[in-house]
Amino acid sequence: MPDGMQDGTRLTETFRAEGITKVYETGGLRVEALRGVDLTLYEGELVVLLGPSGSGKSTLLNILGGLDLPTDGQLFFKDLELTACSPHDLTIYRRDHVGFVFQFYNLIPSLTARENVALVTEIAEDPMAADEALEMVGLEHRLDHFPSQLSGGEQQRVAIARAIAKRPDVLLCDEPTGALDSKTGVVVLEALDRANRELGTTTALITHNAGIKDMSERVIRFADGQIISVDENPHKKAPEELTW
Amino acid sequence: MVVRIDSLNRKLFRDLWRIKGQALAIAAVVACGIALMISSFGTVTVLEESMNAFYDRTRFADVFASLKRAPDSLKEDIERIPGVSVAETRIIAAVNLDLPNMAEPATGQLLSLPERGTPLLNDVIILSGRYPSAQRPNEVAITDAFANAHGLTVGDSFKAIINGNKRSLEIVGLGMTAEYIYALGPGSLMPDDRRFGVMWMGRKALAAAFDLDGAFNNVTMSLQLGASEEEVIRRLDTLLEPYGGVGAYAREDQLSNFFLNNEITQLRTSGAIFPPVFLLVAAFLLNVVVSRIVATEREQIGLLKAFGYNDLEVGWIYLKLVLILVAIGLAMGMALGLWMGGGMINMYTTYYKFPLLDLGIDPGVFASAAIVSLVAGLVGGLGAVRQAVKLSPAVAMAPPVPTSYKTGALSRFFSQFTISQPTRMIFRHVTRFPVRASLTIIGVAFSVALMIMSLFFLDSVERVIAVYFFQAERQSLTVSFVEPRPATVEQEIQHLPGVIQTQPTRSVAVRLRNGHLSDRKSIIGIVPGADLNRLLDSEQKTIEPPPGGLALSKHIAKDLNLKLGDLVTVEVLQERRPVEEIKIVRLVEEYLGFQAYMHIDAVNRLMREGPTVTGIHVMVDSRYADDLYSTLKDTPGVAGIAQQTATLASFRETMDNTMNVMIGFYVALASLIAFGVAYNAARIALSERSRALASLRVLGFTREEVTYILLGELGILTLVSLPVGCVLGDSMALAMSPMLSTDLYNFPFVIENATYGWSVVVVCISAVLCGLITRRRVFGLDLVTALKTRE
Repeated sequence: MPDGMQDGTRLTETFRAEGITKVYETGGLRVEALRGVDLTLYEGELVVLLGPSGSGKSTLLNILGGLDLPTDGQLFFKDLELTACSPHDLTIYRRDHVGFVFQFYNLIPSLTARENVALVTEIAEDPMAADEALEMVGLEHRLDHFPSQLSGGEQQRVAIARAIAKRPDVLLCDEPTGALDSKTGVVVLEALDRANRELGTTTALITHNAGIKDMSERVIRFADGQIISVDENPHKKAPEELTW
Repeated sequence: MVVRIDSLNRKLFRDLWRIKGQALAIAAVVACGIALMISSFGTVTVLEESMNAFYDRTRFADVFASLKRAPDSLKEDIERIPGVSVAETRIIAAVNLDLPNMAEPATGQLLSLPERGTPLLNDVIILSGRYPSAQRPNEVAITDAFANAHGLTVGDSFKAIINGNKRSLEIVGLGMTAEYIYALGPGSLMPDDRRFGVMWMGRKALAAAFDLDGAFNNVTMSLQLGASEEEVIRRLDTLLEPYGGVGAYAREDQLSNFFLNNEITQLRTSGAIFPPVFLLVAAFLLNVVVSRIVATEREQIGLLKAFGYNDLEVGWIYLKLVLILVAIGLAMGMALGLWMGGGMINMYTTYYKFPLLDLGIDPGVFASAAIVSLVAGLVGGLGAVRQAVKLSPAVAMAPPVPTSYKTGALSRFFSQFTISQPTRMIFRHVTRFPVRASLTIIGVAFSVALMIMSLFFLDSVERVIAVYFFQAERQSLTVSFVEPRPATVEQEIQHLPGVIQTQPTRSVAVRLRNGHLSDRKSIIGIVPGADLNRLLDSEQKTIEPPPGGLALSKHIAKDLNLKLGDLVTVEVLQERRPVEEIKIVRLVEEYLGFQAYMHIDAVNRLMREGPTVTGIHVMVDSRYADDLYSTLKDTPGVAGIAQQTATLASFRETMDNTMNVMIGFYVALASLIAFGVAYNAARIALSERSRALASLRVLGFTREEVTYILLGELGILTLVSLPVGCVLGDSMALAMSPMLSTDLYNFPFVIENATYGWSVVVVCISAVLCGLITRRRVFGLDLVTALKTRE
């Protein structure tokens, strides 16, 4: 099956990356984080990026999210060339199209769950209600709790609600379960899976944890700043079936 | 030699480098306090030492007395008074001067020089030229200051009306004297070198001019060590009474010395008030910053303790940080203080007519500065260091839980309104750390208060000017006479060109006594319905002179421990020298030159004289002023003409020269405090919240929106601190106004709206500046690393 064809239908591209390289130079030290990555992500798919630390997957995710610009290469989000954007354009891009979920949740401690979500819905164009987003992640009963009053898994689900509330085109998750035990991790992944299915959000998920790859449609493996393999996963599992 | 720096010290220096901006702000505030302390105490020391050195060098007398006329033979009796070391008689006379470059008359004070040798007391330091020769009646030496004011020099001559005769005097020398360091002309409040000059002439020539051959009208003396000044003065007064003595006085009441000491006292007071405020703020900043460092380094502290460093070793690192910051501030403050002190000495050098020493490094002042700043550092730093010491390794190693927030009453109040999440964050953060927020508010408020306290001086002086020159003393000029004159002289003056209105005045030198307390003052006789020179109550309403009894300046009443209704013993020091008990029927509030007042008829009754005046206040039509001046110049018996506009101008000039320089310093330092506090608050907020802010940037918030969250808090705290600062400044100024009052001035407590306005504006500018600096940091936030690191 040719790339981009599934069940005989042409899929819409969300990202197209061509020859992306990223070089960090600090104090005479030259680190090649990405060495010529070509990759296309399609609308509505859930991909898992696997690889050891320093293999370049986070760097790629940051570039996809408009947090960083590559040293070389071209990156398109739909028709928008991200590699030609100004910092301000990138901010607008993140605001309108991208949802982030981080390993350490990055919630604002002075805002309640609902307010953390509202933080994003206030600046988004067509958001869902904060309560609705929290309901999607199963936190409808914790709306007025502050981060300090929530467990780690709950905090991460607030972060997911915050990421999906603006109905983003892409959801970028960097080790979302990295700080959680497996049981809690499953609950978090279920929230991500549901958002992906119900909102059709293109979702890229970084993990160290090979067990998680089974919930994805494609698994992209990284090593030494390059993609070493892209595997289709025809038997996508539900998160509760995962084991690690 | 290789200097080995152990890792802990290396860490210390790197930490210092990391917080260099904040460190500099703290050191700068410490430096301000120290600089003020060193400059004002240093200047006080220099002024005092220079004054004493000059007094010693010129053999400045201990006791002074003026009289009408006594034979030279009386000198032996004076020398026999127990306790007198040296007595010297001389002749002093006031003359009108006719200077080519001035329409209005100037007054000269002629002092006689001994026929042989130099004066035994009150010597003249000849700066150029020589002493006038006793043989040549037209030779004079004049003060350097007077010569400079008129562009005169040795070899020039000018005209003087000496006892009714116009004479040309040749300048043979320029000099200076301890007696007129602060050279006040008759009726003047401020030195004015153009209108008042001191000059020396041979005794013989002066005696001839004033019919004082074989006689004297002034005597000065130095006392033996341990002699009783009071007893000598009492005996001298008795001795001089038959010769028209007007009361001897000690050096402390000598006009120039009195003013000079007043100035020094004031300088000492302000030097004692301001530095503690600065050091308090510095202590507070130290506390905030070091606490924050300890909080962010809890994991490192835990690690060090886990490695086996003991509590003291860990505490010592942070204590050293405090000490280094204080030491930097101290060093900067010392340098700044020497520089500022040098500037102040320069200013005084042009202002006072005596040689000033250089500002040296006074080990005493420097040592106390070091101790004071060390104490401030320890007060501020010890609490924070204790946190580091107390931290248990296990607790320190565990990640801190997210700061817990609650929806407080304020939050519920705000929830009524639609309020954006960023704004909510700002309010939650402020209310979550109320202590820190209040400390920042207090810090910024202090700078507002300092600013108000500094500018308050100006308001106060303006009030003094408004009341004294425009409400109380409204005459254009005052003509004073050498001798008391019959009241009919007023009509003569009325007929002079340009005179619109006149008002007689009668001034009598008295000693006011209440038990063992006494004060040498004047009683001023005022006519009822006075319109030029008026007596005012504390609301600046005109008061009629009391028909019987005395209206006394509150300041004198306080000094003499008298109250309304008390009797005060009035010892008149001239003419028939009556002594009477007079009731105090009114207390008056005065800002400048405290006196006692009576109805003019009552003064004349007291003096057992008919209607008599010693001066006439005159309102002049300025178009005819020059004509009036030239007439008065040639009028015999006129001792001097005090012009209000000239007095006001020199008053303002004096204030500009002395006070404004100080105030300029204070305002600059207060702005620095505002900046230091605001900058620290902003930097700490940034370091605590960089991760949250970076997250927001990732979520799509623009730089401006994120900056709003960070600086909004600073803005709110600054806004809150402004009214707090105004109230604090108010009370500080209120507390300071009596402390600054001397025997010469009262500083009324007045704060104009503009003072609040300027203080607020300057502090806001400081806050905005450091906001802009911090904004640059927000713009440079690294989004990627902020996401990776846990707090």
